[in-house]
Amino acid sequence: MPKVIENVGCPYCGCSCDDVRVTVSDDGKDILEVENVCAIGTEIFKHGCSKDRIKLPRMRQPDGSMKDISYEEAIDWTARHLLKAKKPLMYGFGSTNCEGQAAAARVMEIAGGMLDNCATICHGPSFLAIFDNGYPTCTLGEVKNRADVIVYWGSNPAHAHPRHMSRYSIFPRGFFTGKGQKKRTVIVIDPRFTDTANVADYHLQIKQGHDYELFNAFRMVIQGHGNDLPDEVAGVKKEQILEVAEIMKNARFGTVFFGMGLTHSDGRNHNIDIAISLTRDLNKVSKWTIMAMRGHYNITGPGVVWSWTFGFPYCLDLTKQNHAHMNPGETSSVDMAMRDEVDMFINIGTDAGAHFPIPAVKHLKKHPWVTIDPSINMASEISDLHIPVCICGVDVGGIVYRMDNVPIQFRKVIEPPEGVMDDETLLNKIADRMEELKAKGEA
Amino acid sequence: MTANKTLNMITQRAVEEGIAMEIGKTSKQYFDACSIIEMNEQDMKELGIMRNTNVRVKSESGEVVVKATVGRQACYPGLCHIRQGVWANQVVPPRTQSTGAPQYSGFPVTVEPAPNDKLKTALELVQGAVGLWKGD
Amino acid sequence: MSELIIKNGYVFDPISGLKGDKADISVKDGKIVDKVSNKAEVIDAAGKTVMAGGVDIHCHVAGPKVNLGREMRPEDKFFRGEYRGGILKQGKRMEMGFSIPSTWKTGYAYARMGYTFTNEAAMPPLLAPHVHEEFRDTPILDQAAMPVFGNNWFCFEYIKNKELENNAAYIAWLLNATKGIGIKVVNPGGTEAWAWGENCTTINDPVPYFDITPAEIVKGLIEANEYLGLPHSVHIHGNNLGNPGNYKDTIDTLKLAEGTKAKNKFGREQVLHNTHLQFHSYKGTSWADFESGAKEVMDYVNSNKNITVDIGQVTLDETTTMTADGPFEYHLNQLNHIKWANVDVELETGSGIVPYIYDKNIKVCGIQWAIGLEIGLYAKDLMRVHITTDHPNAGPFTRYPRVIKWLMSQKAREATLDTMKWKDKVIAASNIASMDRELGLYDIAMMTRAGPAKALGLSSIYSLTKGADANIAIYNLDANKLPSDPELIEAAFQNTAYTLKEGVVVVKDGQIVAEPPKYTLWTKVNMPENAQVMHDIKEKFSRNYTVNLENYAVFDEHVHNARAIELDVA
Repeated sequence: MPKVIENVGCPYCGCSCDDVRVTVSDDGKDILEVENVCAIGTEIFKHGCSKDRIKLPRMRQPDGSMKDISYEEAIDWTARHLLKAKKPLMYGFGSTNCEGQAAAARVMEIAGGMLDNCATICHGPSFLAIFDNGYPTCTLGEVKNRADVIVYWGSNPAHAHPRHMSRYSIFPRGFFTGKGQKKRTVIVIDPRFTDTANVADYHLQIKQGHDYELFNAFRMVIQGHGNDLPDEVAGVKKEQILEVAEIMKNARFGTVFFGMGLTHSDGRNHNIDIAISLTRDLNKVSKWTIMAMRGHYNITGPGVVWSWTFGFPYCLDLTKQNHAHMNPGETSSVDMAMRDEVDMFINIGTDAGAHFPIPAVKHLKKHPWVTIDPSINMASEISDLHIPVCICGVDVGGIVYRMDNVPIQFRKVIEPPEGVMDDETLLNKIADRMEELKAKGEA
Repeated sequence: MTANKTLNMITQRAVEEGIAMEIGKTSKQYFDACSIIEMNEQDMKELGIMRNTNVRVKSESGEVVVKATVGRQACYPGLCHIRQGVWANQVVPPRTQSTGAPQYSGFPVTVEPAPNDKLKTALELVQGAVGLWKGD
Repeated sequence: MSELIIKNGYVFDPISGLKGDKADISVKDGKIVDKVSNKAEVIDAAGKTVMAGGVDIHCHVAGPKVNLGREMRPEDKFFRGEYRGGILKQGKRMEMGFSIPSTWKTGYAYARMGYTFTNEAAMPPLLAPHVHEEFRDTPILDQAAMPVFGNNWFCFEYIKNKELENNAAYIAWLLNATKGIGIKVVNPGGTEAWAWGENCTTINDPVPYFDITPAEIVKGLIEANEYLGLPHSVHIHGNNLGNPGNYKDTIDTLKLAEGTKAKNKFGREQVLHNTHLQFHSYKGTSWADFESGAKEVMDYVNSNKNITVDIGQVTLDETTTMTADGPFEYHLNQLNHIKWANVDVELETGSGIVPYIYDKNIKVCGIQWAIGLEIGLYAKDLMRVHITTDHPNAGPFTRYPRVIKWLMSQKAREATLDTMKWKDKVIAASNIASMDRELGLYDIAMMTRAGPAKALGLSSIYSLTKGADANIAIYNLDANKLPSDPELIEAAFQNTAYTLKEGVVVVKDGQIVAEPPKYTLWTKVNMPENAQVMHDIKEKFSRNYTVNLENYAVFDEHVHNARAIELDVA
């Protein structure tokens, strides 16, 4: 008899939906059906039970081909190389549970290396702004139950967070928002007429890269200097700025959701910094909150776990071993790669091969490269060692943090392929092996 | 000959890219989803580019051949978009303004017709960049 | 079978009545016993002071807002000296941070001060798995956490409708779901109001849209607490914290306990614990005529035995304020304009975080410092007045030894007063300069372990009575010859000669030497399932929460080494 598992967490985007229904075959090995999930989530569950999953670590041979090896060999190889390297970097964690992220912290503390997560190339600038200006935010249920004005700025949930608008922001009917979308005003600020802009009440087509100026214009209006605005700011007409600012001021509860459009453009952290300042201004006249549209279902996790472990969310320099250091720009993955400072690279739960600018990939590839990931991806296909692991939310459970820092407990729905380890187990074995080697004086 | 014009390129997520990525980066779906550039029609006209033909995109840090489209999420004149992924990252500048985050959005590129150039697969691009590509 | 005996120390254990008598403490298999065999390992405590492990009744050491504080304040790690490259790693993991230390440093630093238990002061129920993850990564210390109830929509409705049994059943359900120990109340009603940018500053301000007042919320929760007979009482941070003139609101809140007697099997006598009383004992009408209201508040506390308090002593450091009192943090930010974080949590609570510098050159900070010490020095029954800094709000917990020094030495207080730019104004606005009381070691034992343990209903675990866990602190202090230099008192409390956790030496000469298992304590109420409450819970989850009910309760595998305090309700 197939078994239905409810309340399953989806390991795709930062929505971290936890209402997925998965029908599993009698033997617990196959996923037959997936419901309450977006098109992307569906593919993850399908892939999870694919017969093509890699089941053993693979080591690159001198002729460039890959050869299966045992987990034991892979663990020993990784441990020895970590100890040998002067400045190894472990990067990724977009698709790792918190237990794995905590184990990774232990590994890199023993190794004395660098530890970074995908935020470094996504919402890292948001961290920099939060360091400077704080973070007046809320959980997504507050938006659902109270918000009457929603702003998506430089974010496109229709594509990147497919259920965000229906579960949390625009459409749901909450305690004080019983009329759902009808009583909400939606403002989208984006240089493109995105599919999100398509469902908005207002689309401000901003000139790409000029977000800071438009934020500044809104701040002027909120602070009472709207008359001083020029006729157009960042490609947006004064009248439209005044109209939208009025809506913001009169909100009972508003939320700004911002994304890569701000963090990847000129200005970076300064765009977020002024977004936070605007939110602070708005709190003098109304109630406003702000939230980063974190990309992956647990990319919030490493920032949370490493903050309690080391006091910093990313870009960690653990090479001193008795204290941690963080200085984005200096200790950030892409910057270190471009300066050729790293002499070993572990890509875990992400794909730097596909998502780093290619010059950074070329630099990193000069040194030993290990990929820890369930799938074949660009990183695995250029690595010296590829170690497969379980897929969080599919064949291993664990805690993940949603984009609003709410911990969600993920479930395991099928058995992993025989012998495949989860991240936490694998990483702790690598840490144990390093301790053994150190104790024996082999390091 | 056509105009020599600099466009402003951005790279962002798309649901097609998300689905394809989960199917696999070596899949046809991923290739189809990410090896395209979305441009404004006016720019295509000025640059002598026909819809659904290949173009060469060059930036300060590299170049890549992709297929030109208009796309549903319209770009204004002067703006172009390649979906996040392997093709975009051949041209994304790694400079970070000292923040760690590369210049994924808002960097100058030139786009020129290259109707006879072949699109490369993801694997060819990435393995090729690090000297591991052995051919199909 | 492991045996150990601590010989010839001066033992202070108010729970068992030891007042500095020279006595031997015997330990077998991690518990306090009457005697051990002659094979027992011997620790020579001659000339030293022996106490039960310290019990912190109120601190913010784990969970979402503590961690957002760590995340948003990289500069908290930049305090130099021992925090950056100074000390060699003592324990398994590195130690980071000053006012909001990493979990590893939290465990090690408490252990070095002889503490073995902390009570996390505010756990948002929705975010409970986060608190438990941090407990797992905090070494040595036993820990518990209090879920917040003072702005919870379920409680609002049950209290408004006078449904005591349903309220109690919901509370029991939530303690189980979050693995919490007791009822915390923060700015009752005010934090819900803050979700609309408003506040409740007196106990009679109506909560917007909920047709209820803070007074009704507090009374309703006290009633439910005693109906259930929980180990701890309702633990309150009342309305109008931190504002001049609030001592009246504080006394109004304390009066809500009048006529209620504690009902429980754990030896607890109070029905209301008012936390960080310093922040609630302010007179004056503005920051200009701000002065101490400690006398008025302590007069009330001294004469009402069903109340306990902790101090919330300002330590004159740069620190990080954080509380579920969202509107307070917003207003504090309006004063200092440094960065501000806020997290409103659906249906339950909120929180705010603002860095703060208690500068001894600022008059108000000096007066705040005086008020905290006055509370300790006015106290008639020190079992009911506990030492805290509301870590990290009034200062980091690592300053407890300094607070002890101030309470034990008038000379030390004068020395600190002398460093203040507005010393005369501080003296004029308080009574601190005229107070010559100096507390002794027995007083300190009451304020730092026996009193808090009793108030939490945990004195059978955290004391030196037979059967208790062998959590023991041995300080380098000769009780018969206390040093005349108060700095030596602070130094002795900062680093123990020994700290034992369940009979294992975890600190020796101020160094971490072992990291044995620790517990997560929680209150398990055994009572019949309440169909109405289960129905209400299901409905609220399907309509208003964004997390499914089945994923809300902390999964057993995410609770680290759980230890339930059980009680039955018919």
